[in-house]
Amino acid sequence: MKILYFSWIKDKIGKTHEDIHIPDNINTIEDLIILLKDSGESYNEVFKDISSIKVSINMETADFKDQINNNDEIAFFPPMTGG
Amino acid sequence: MIKVQENDFSLTDEIVLLRKRCENIGALSSFIGIVRDKRENKDLISMTLEHYPGMTEKILNKINIEAHSRWNLIGTTIIHRYGELLPGDQIVLVITASKHRKESIDSCHFIIDWLKTKGPFWKYEKTFDKGYWVEARNKDLEEELKWNN
Repeated sequence: MKILYFSWIKDKIGKTHEDIHIPDNINTIEDLIILLKDSGESYNEVFKDISSIKVSINMETADFKDQINNNDEIAFFPPMTGG
Repeated sequence: MIKVQENDFSLTDEIVLLRKRCENIGALSSFIGIVRDKRENKDLISMTLEHYPGMTEKILNKINIEAHSRWNLIGTTIIHRYGELLPGDQIVLVITASKHRKESIDSCHFIIDWLKTKGPFWKYEKTFDKGYWVEARNKDLEEELKWNN
């Protein structure tokens, strides 16, 4: 699975993207966040309050309860500021 | 026509291009977003636009299709820049063409409102003493939601 980070989330985690393999018991974005929070203090800090974070699956806006698999491209970012 | 690019654009050139590919235009509306000189009374040095390549084009296409489904449009142009911009630089261009004025004015307004909150762009601003990511404004979300009625 490819995970991308944007804006201050990218700055805090210190990388633009990473490739990981998720185990069978990770089925949703919520599950993935629990897994990520466990992988370091910076992740824990970023995902402490997910009300300020948005997510996409394969470049489509998604919800935290949406299903995911290892072929997906997931992105985490704050609310958009286009225009 | 949708373009996501680092380079600047020219409103005049884009209007000529749009008029070349469309027939029977009776009304044209345009919007240009520009980097302001100041942020909370402090001189702005630069504004860097980060975006999500691939998703940006996808979302801009969706917004364009939505505008065409809501109004009777003859043609549209949406150009959004990314990268480091300076005060006074152009950020975004929307042009809408229709037979009558209401369709072009309303759809142009709609497209820029949706771009604000749905376009996967994030702005990093620098003033002389600090750099920070610009937070989304609640007002922009309200402007987006008014088009749901």
